[in-house]
Amino acid sequence: MITARGLARTYRSRRGDVLAVRGVDLDVAEREIVGFLGPNGAGKTTTLRMLTTLLEPTAGEATVAGCDLRKDPVGVRRRIGYVSQSGSTYPEARSGEEIVDHARLYGMRPQQAARRGHELFEQLDLPGLWDRPTKTLSGGQRRRLDIAMGLVHDPVLVFLDEPTTGLDPQSRANLWQHVRSLRDDRGSTVFLTTHYLEEADALCDRILVIDDGRIVAEGTPDELKRGVSGDAVVLAVADPAQLPPSVAIVSELVGVTDLSEDGGTLRFRVPDGAAALPGLLRALDAAGVQPTSVEVRRPSLDDVFLSLTGRSLRDEPADVPAGAMT
Amino acid sequence: MTFLRDMYVVFARSLRLSLRNPAWVVIGLSQPVLYLVLFGPLLKPLAGQLGGDAWRVFVPGMLVQLGIFGGMFVGFGLIAEYRAGVIESMRVTPASRVSLLMGRVLRDVLVLLVQASLLTLVALPMGLRAPVAGVIVALLVVGLLVAAFSAASYAVALTLKSEDALAPLLNAVAIPVLLLSGILLPMALAPGWLRRLSDVNPLKHVVDGLRALFRGDLWSSSSLLGLAMTVLLVVLGTWFGTRTFRRESA
Repeated sequence: MITARGLARTYRSRRGDVLAVRGVDLDVAEREIVGFLGPNGAGKTTTLRMLTTLLEPTAGEATVAGCDLRKDPVGVRRRIGYVSQSGSTYPEARSGEEIVDHARLYGMRPQQAARRGHELFEQLDLPGLWDRPTKTLSGGQRRRLDIAMGLVHDPVLVFLDEPTTGLDPQSRANLWQHVRSLRDDRGSTVFLTTHYLEEADALCDRILVIDDGRIVAEGTPDELKRGVSGDAVVLAVADPAQLPPSVAIVSELVGVTDLSEDGGTLRFRVPDGAAALPGLLRALDAAGVQPTSVEVRRPSLDDVFLSLTGRSLRDEPADVPAGAMT
Repeated sequence: MTFLRDMYVVFARSLRLSLRNPAWVVIGLSQPVLYLVLFGPLLKPLAGQLGGDAWRVFVPGMLVQLGIFGGMFVGFGLIAEYRAGVIESMRVTPASRVSLLMGRVLRDVLVLLVQASLLTLVALPMGLRAPVAGVIVALLVVGLLVAAFSAASYAVALTLKSEDALAPLLNAVAIPVLLLSGILLPMALAPGWLRRLSDVNPLKHVVDGLRALFRGDLWSSSSLLGLAMTVLLVVLGTWFGTRTFRRESA
């Protein structure tokens, strides 16, 4: 559905050229939900704007929905839907009018456009909002209206740019359902960007991790997590005298990495934490060590991001909900 | 013909949104009337120096001012639409990008033509006497002028994408253009240096042309020069607008 090779975008600024996207290769198959994960400023939106013909690549080429991005941008536009981060409707305009006008720009006749609009309002839970000015809609409703606008011409490929940014958890979960049904019920391919790890994890068949304008990893959420060397284990020991024997026992474990010790707490990674735990506890017990707590944590996409880039996604600006992951 | 259809969709949508905001409709219609009522009478005593009929000098000037300002400031609306994501969402449709511009320009032309006609009608009971043919041609010239300035305004707005940048720029352009066009008082009253300076301003010739039309001199050199300058401005404005709207990264 999408094939891109060496897609790059350079911005000219007073201080010289800025490489926003350094050369992205990507392939997206039919009926896939692919997530583009990265911190703000990594190049997600720039890449998306190139793939949706809003921005001309300075290098590279791509085929989107069967049309060449450079030679046939109108063909691309006919076949894709784009739901941008900044919305798609004017606050003073009525929801129904906006979707009908949008449909008409795809060549639909007025009645056909209205029928299609009502159908989408039904599907996206927007009943009774047809005549309401869009500024009176809630955040979640407006986002669903944006999605309805993007679907009005029944595109085979839908781009969603940060679809749930700024939504409360309930609206977000609701929107995820709608995104899944794009693929499950309509058979569309979905390409979305996000900087929410839970979102990428919950929604995507495959994830492309982008950082600093290039793709640094790709795979299913599970594959990516497996790429991080094992589960994280945190072991606390009350008596400082028991630390050296604990360290000795832990380093004997098969495949242990990243072992560190800090104020009576040992942190390390092992390939399969849950399986390693009983043996570890027996060995500690035999050596007379009494751990006060043991915690095993499956790697999260945050760990993936950290191990790939050396930075945590959670370090990014404050629109990320606090405490969602520890 | 899809271009015309797309343009019509954009035109109808913009017009609907304009009409829905009654404040702007009222302000837009009352301003020209205010000029006539509160400024026009000042010109009465100057009638002799202005060559006879003060209204025939003043009303064409007001029409050009209406056209320039009405066209120039439409960019603000586009920035609001851009911020709401409307422009982007229209740009990912197969609709011709030039139709997105021209549909809006067409709305501006229509709105301003209504205001210009109203201004002319209000001037009649106040004492304006002018041949119908001349007035109709003059209104068409004003319509072209609006098209030129509104296309250029949209282009600048789409480039700057910020009201804070657009406002000072428009003011910086509007004031000298206004003062050097002889809109309020004819440049015939000006000293030589000022007149020569104003000769470089195409709008001065547009104003002169419109005054000639109001005198009924449809084929005079003034009216033809004014028309030529208007056409030149339309070509420049739409070229600038089209180029900006077509650019992939705008």
